[in-house]
Amino acid sequence: MSKSLRILVPVKRVIDYAIKPRINKAGTGVEKTGVKFSMNPFDDIAVEEAVRIKESHKKLVENIHAVSIGPAKAQDILRTALAKGADTCTLIDAKETELEPLAVAKILKQVVTKQNANLIILGKQSIDDDCNNTGQMLAGLLNWPQATNAAKVEVDEASMTVRVTREIDGGEETISAPLPLVITTDLRLNQPRYATLPNLMKAKKKPMEKLTLSDFSDVSTEPRLKVLKVEEPATRAAGIKVASVDELIEKLKAAKAI
Amino acid sequence: MLRSTIQRTVRLASRAKVGSGAVLVSSNLAALRSSPACMVSAFKYSTKIPPKLTAESYPNIERLPQYKKLTQEDLSFFQSIMSESEILQATADEDLALFNEDWMRKYKGQSKLVLRPKTVEQISQILRYCNDQKLAVVPQGGNTGLVGGSVPVFDEIVLSLNQLNKIRDFDPVSGVLKCDAGVILENADSYLAENGYIFPLDLGAKGSCHVGGVVATNAGGLRLLRYGSLHGTVLGLEVVMPNGESMNSMHALRKDNTGYDLKQMFIGSEGTIGIITGVSILTPPRPKAINVSFLGVDSYEAVQKVFVKAKQELSEILSAFEFMDLNSQKLAKHHLKDVIHPLEDEYPFYVLIETSGSNKEHDDVKLETFLEKAMEDGTVLDGVVAQDETELRNLWQWREMIPESSQAGGGVYKYDVSLPLKDLYSLVEAANDRLAEKDLLSETDSSKPVISAVGYGHVGDGNLHLNVAVREYTKDVEKALEPFVYEYVSSKNGSISAEHGLGFQKKNYIGYSKNDQEIKMIKQLKSLYDPNAILNPYKYV
Repeated sequence: MSKSLRILVPVKRVIDYAIKPRINKAGTGVEKTGVKFSMNPFDDIAVEEAVRIKESHKKLVENIHAVSIGPAKAQDILRTALAKGADTCTLIDAKETELEPLAVAKILKQVVTKQNANLIILGKQSIDDDCNNTGQMLAGLLNWPQATNAAKVEVDEASMTVRVTREIDGGEETISAPLPLVITTDLRLNQPRYATLPNLMKAKKKPMEKLTLSDFSDVSTEPRLKVLKVEEPATRAAGIKVASVDELIEKLKAAKAI
Repeated sequence: MLRSTIQRTVRLASRAKVGSGAVLVSSNLAALRSSPACMVSAFKYSTKIPPKLTAESYPNIERLPQYKKLTQEDLSFFQSIMSESEILQATADEDLALFNEDWMRKYKGQSKLVLRPKTVEQISQILRYCNDQKLAVVPQGGNTGLVGGSVPVFDEIVLSLNQLNKIRDFDPVSGVLKCDAGVILENADSYLAENGYIFPLDLGAKGSCHVGGVVATNAGGLRLLRYGSLHGTVLGLEVVMPNGESMNSMHALRKDNTGYDLKQMFIGSEGTIGIITGVSILTPPRPKAINVSFLGVDSYEAVQKVFVKAKQELSEILSAFEFMDLNSQKLAKHHLKDVIHPLEDEYPFYVLIETSGSNKEHDDVKLETFLEKAMEDGTVLDGVVAQDETELRNLWQWREMIPESSQAGGGVYKYDVSLPLKDLYSLVEAANDRLAEKDLLSETDSSKPVISAVGYGHVGDGNLHLNVAVREYTKDVEKALEPFVYEYVSSKNGSISAEHGLGFQKKNYIGYSKNDQEIKMIKQLKSLYDPNAILNPYKYV
């Protein structure tokens, strides 16, 4: 087997993280009309890491393929991924269907097989549902090793193994695994680059394969969970000002805090 | 949700270190674009040397004997109309520095008394009393002015508007906002945002400056290109005159052609003929789609070419067109430390373009077409386009952090001038030549007072900011620059103050931009409405 890396980067279109999400009137979810959408920030980091691996191992990396499952507009974030350095991409048009992580992982598994990918880099979670499931489920379905919450990724060409430094409670853990492998990214892994004008122009000419959910008809997209209600957290009661230390102590005592 | 905990690109650790607890708020990315806290940190900490008293720095200016010195009776009067929390007095260990020193820490007054009334009626009583007693008064808003106009020179009483800070009324149909003068600009804008509207003016200090202050100084800022000047957007004012009478034109009609438009007189009057206490202003709908692009070009000529193209291709969605020179970006890079600059290579000039519109798809297509053309014909050498809100805010940072970066080395001489577009940048070159000729300039040699003279500004409005970043304020530098800069501007038929006003810094130079007849009529107005000259003395008129 000739040594080569074929990297797959799944990316998700989510409400821009700088925007405060509002709950819709029916209380069934988050208001999506008239709201700015962007690439999930963790996925942006995943794209950046793939591109950096390609830049530092030019001969090794054969291809970076981005894939997104979502509405037709998800092609905007695929274009961004292409402008930032992905070579090819696939849009799987799911219309307005919201998929749960297991369905996403099952579809991605088929994409992995089709692309013959041997390294998958994806965000540790998406900031809309905060599930933090997809990477792990995908590794399980593929029966591949997984390195989650990566803070540093080093590819060793000679042995075709990858060393990943993970952020864990109280410190860092460094693990090593042979390819193929699933890596999920944490915030400190890198700082994503900007999409430059020449690259944005080139991105327009890069190929985008378009599929729909019906191309994956053997995967059930029926939700297993039912959302009962979405609520804003209760607003915190306003604080009070005290005039003296004595008053503070008195109030704290009254509140049985001391 | 993780949104609030993600801090991806701009790490503000370096700045947070020097600030107080309150400043730490700015490490929240969401608060970054506005950077009010950054401004505060610069104000309080970045200048190494505490300012000298203005009276000591400028010994040729004397306290006018016509003004009475504050007495115990005066204090008793103020105490009779205001509560304790509305009166601040200087004590042995509290010199009221926050009110006596300006934002740049260049000037320091010696006021012993700060009044912070909560009602217009109190302001009226205060002014009537001060006028009778000939007590000099400095009206003060957010104290973010750049020409020393908002701080006392000697012992003038500071009348701070910061407790007169309520939104009075908003009409969601017409978009007319009525508010107290002391409302912080950013608070007004956030309030409008909830209603789908936007304040027609935006500037770096928006987290501290007041709505009344921006009107009194006729501030320009970043959105002028799109929404025009305050002379057009302000529909009415409430002003307390020195004799205590209140002029009210808050009725807010778009069209009112019944003679003299008195409110215009106060817009840009810098607190010299009346104190603005209420503002009614027309606000436009908040744009739904905003794009930002940051470009590198090889000459000032190219900046102008890009500007012409941007106007043609982007026309109604173009909302900001800012240019920066390489030196300004070098200072910003030094200040922002580990933040990656959007463009890998260095270019002599950078341009930031913002579009605001109502339909993202349309705007994207327009911007793309424009940028592609500009890249293809070689006017633009490189550039980036923000792909999400975070990138958008970070790109703006490279423009908005220049003032703070220029100041970080010790201090800054700021010149804010209007010039014909073709001559705009020549002033920066001329200033650099002059400073080099006088052997005052070195980026690395710390024995020279000047670090760098940088230029940036609003090309759309013909407004240049010349910032001379210095290691310390010295007379040599001031002598090299003034009146040189003003003479240069005047020779090119420019204005010596495009948006900062005249205040204390430029009061002697008004003749470079206004003719004798104009100055005479301004003085007549001043003596008519403020016969005892109690308002903001030693400045402007």
